[in-house]
Amino acid sequence: MKVIEAHDLTKRFGNFTAVDAITFEVVKGEIFGFLGANGAGKTTAMRMLCGLSKPTSGIGKVAGFDIQKDPEKIKKNIGYMSQKFALYEDLKVWENLRLFGGIYGVPAKEINQRIDSLLQTLGFTTEKNTMVKSLPLGWKQKLAFSAAIFHEPKIVFLDEPTGGVDPAARRQFWELIYDAADRGITVFVTTHYMDEAEYCDRVSIMVDGRIDALDSPTNLKEKYKVQSMDEVFFQLARGAKAKE
Amino acid sequence: MRKFLVFTQKEFYHIFRDRWTMIILLVLPILMILMFGFAISTEIKSARFAVYDPSHDLATQKITNKIQSSEYFTLETYLSDPAQIEKVFQKGEISLVVVYSENFYQNIVQTGEAQILLIADGTDPNTASTLVTYVSRLVAAYQVEQMGASGLPPYQIQTEVKLLYNPTLKGAYTTVPGVMGLILMLICAMMTSVSIAREKEFGTMEVILVSPMPPLLIILSKVIPYFTISIVNYLTILALGVYALDVPVVGSFMLLTMLSQLFIFVSLALGLLISSIVNTQIAALLGSVMGLMLPAVLLSGLMFPIENMPLFLQILAQIVPAKWFIAAVKNVMIMGLGVESILRELAVLGTMAVVLIAVSFKKFKIRLD
Repeated sequence: MKVIEAHDLTKRFGNFTAVDAITFEVVKGEIFGFLGANGAGKTTAMRMLCGLSKPTSGIGKVAGFDIQKDPEKIKKNIGYMSQKFALYEDLKVWENLRLFGGIYGVPAKEINQRIDSLLQTLGFTTEKNTMVKSLPLGWKQKLAFSAAIFHEPKIVFLDEPTGGVDPAARRQFWELIYDAADRGITVFVTTHYMDEAEYCDRVSIMVDGRIDALDSPTNLKEKYKVQSMDEVFFQLARGAKAKE
Repeated sequence: MRKFLVFTQKEFYHIFRDRWTMIILLVLPILMILMFGFAISTEIKSARFAVYDPSHDLATQKITNKIQSSEYFTLETYLSDPAQIEKVFQKGEISLVVVYSENFYQNIVQTGEAQILLIADGTDPNTASTLVTYVSRLVAAYQVEQMGASGLPPYQIQTEVKLLYNPTLKGAYTTVPGVMGLILMLICAMMTSVSIAREKEFGTMEVILVSPMPPLLIILSKVIPYFTISIVNYLTILALGVYALDVPVVGSFMLLTMLSQLFIFVSLALGLLISSIVNTQIAALLGSVMGLMLPAVLLSGLMFPIENMPLFLQILAQIVPAKWFIAAVKNVMIMGLGVESILRELAVLGTMAVVLIAVSFKKFKIRLD
């Protein structure tokens, strides 16, 4: 079942084409890696899918709804974790979770229950009353992810969720992503860490606003006859440079 | 509805958990009103004056005594020579010199005319004009006394300044309405714009905008805490004005409250407008200080009379909401006039509120392009 569809989705800012007619599909439960160098247009593309930015042309569908016509219906079905770590630093751990639960309309009775079981799973129970600002970054990111999927959305969009933490912390973070995917939540994640790309079911690689490659990491490595995603990415990026 | 409550509660947490926000919101207004009311008082007490009195007769003695015995003046010295006048000013000890004409009493009796020259230090025009006005009034009072006692013809010393409503020129009468305008503007516009800009800066605004939270609710829940606190501030200022500065609420309290709420709406809308333009807290802060606070201080008539400004600034002053608010507060609070006296101010503020709210709501983008 397709949960995200993009057909010739384009975004222009004046003369600059940030996203150039991209076309792709994501199916339910998939972990879809959205790769690209800084400025390749991945954040802009994702923001269009989340309803934060209006496409210049093209069609996009998220959870079965058109991103132009039904952005409000899409919003109820997605979770979003922004590039900046975006929880309220001056709220306690459980207050943040309750806030996002409340905003997404999780029933009041269920909220407390979910907070407790979530914190237990994360091994955070002792930090329930801690102010978020005093948590280490890796924990904050895990918490932000948990807040983004607190209402059990169909799809969660993660915009470079693991910026600034070490590979070990990234690995822990990805455990959470796998758990979410196992529960049927589709994960759409942008990143420029190539070790993360290896964890995805399929990846697309954006270069200069276009999607230059789209396949599973294994197939891409075979196609470009290299050992790692790093090298795949390097080859594509070099292609972009050669044209300039 | 629950979304809204949860969100508003969060907003209160932000306020109550930040020490500086709390200080700005609750302590600063009190400090400001007390500072403006007591320290930066425009009234003058025990100003020192000198007298040059070539006549030295019954009338001049009496007038001098009258000035001296008022609480505003202390007689420093008698001058023996007009040449000394400039010297005492240069020493800076004296703020006013009273000069009587020669043969003062004799002239009054014979011609009904005598002159008093009041010399004040013009480098401080506010003080100077206040002092001159005081003395003129004292002389006029003396004149009235004399008429009653002996039926002498009136002197040709006339005071034309009338000091209605603020007979003792109490500074607090202008301070309280002014500071009220300033503080409400500060709390509503600055704090609202900064709190929205903070969410943009930290990226939480993005997360909220992706959520199904309707934009109207986002705005309302941002605005309601500051609205509530503004009402608290309004009552505090009023109470301090009445009990600490002896500025009574002569007019209708209800009318004053409604007027203030209207002004709060205007200020909130201005705050929203600023936050829809800027992206960082510091820009929001600068925008509200430069764009709102300074005009409110300089162009509202609080510090400098608008009538004395160059035409350009006079025109500019018309778009400063605080100017209309302060004028209306003076009418209601100090003069005790009714709603019919402030219809124009109400209309202007009402129009500003509607226009600003419409514009800022339109500018508050749900899509962050």
